[in-house]
Amino acid sequence: MAHPIDIQLNGELCHVAMGTSMVMLLRQLELDERSVVVELNRKIIRRTEMESLFLKKGDSIELVHFVGGG
Amino acid sequence: MEQLTIADRSFSSRLMVGTGKYSTPQIMIDAIRASGAEMVTVAVRRVDISNPERDAILCTISPEEFTLLPNTAGCYSAEEAIRFARLGRAASMSEWVKLEVIGDQETLLPDTEGLLEATKVLVDEGFVVLAYTNDDLVTALRLEDAGAAAVMPLASPIGSGLGLLNPLNIGLIKARLTVPVIVDAGVGTASDACATMEQGVDGILMNTALAEAKDPVQMATAMRLAVDAGRFAYLSGRMAKREWAVPSSPLQGIPG
Repeated sequence: MAHPIDIQLNGELCHVAMGTSMVMLLRQLELDERSVVVELNRKIIRRTEMESLFLKKGDSIELVHFVGGG
Repeated sequence: MEQLTIADRSFSSRLMVGTGKYSTPQIMIDAIRASGAEMVTVAVRRVDISNPERDAILCTISPEEFTLLPNTAGCYSAEEAIRFARLGRAASMSEWVKLEVIGDQETLLPDTEGLLEATKVLVDEGFVVLAYTNDDLVTALRLEDAGAAAVMPLASPIGSGLGLLNPLNIGLIKARLTVPVIVDAGVGTASDACATMEQGVDGILMNTALAEAKDPVQMATAMRLAVDAGRFAYLSGRMAKREWAVPSSPLQGIPG
């Protein structure tokens, strides 16, 4: 991978190529952006922002969805 | 029966149910349908990146069929609960939240100070807050003052199935609050649900009593009937209790 950068993805260390956008990351993970909520460094990211949002070294990303609960 | 109105929404069913701990998605959806519930709670958790559909509740529960109520289960501070509420809003596209701030890992009893703090912040942000709390009248009054759309006192600890431990407190809370009172947690079987509704509360939220029954679908039917029975009994106004017997059949005309 050319110029990999380290990020935290759901608490795990992960490497992505420099220049990876949030949309590209979700595509690489085969996740539908409509079915997950993305939080970057504790800030919720709107779908419209994802295309132009490029990941930086040390970014912490949480991908969450609804599960069963009481 | 009259509708239950919380904030700007009305419900025909006074029973709300959780979606956790069922053995299979099919049993869950069958049980929820049998319960007649229109509102179901869901939790916010990390996606399993290697298997994104695993645990995804929206594969089973359709937001067109049910009103989703995201919870903040697992949060131990106001700050965490506020964060989870915002994530739930982003996922559900709705401002409704079942707010939980837990204060103790063993009993899962609420941190009422954190709960009040989070309620104020979320109400300011436009959330419709249904606040899970203990059976304390003063906390319930403060939650109402803070803008909670409904107050949800426990019958007994989450998942305990111990039933309604303090009917006096639940009755007091109902008598003093203007917003709906929904008893949340602790109901174990149909008689618990019926006795709880007989206190005059507006509804019940339950999860484990259905999910851990041997036959969740049949128990869901029992709970639906028990909630209705308790509500009708409350509205009917029960007879006075006496400490002596009064015959129901005439004393005259007994054949000699």
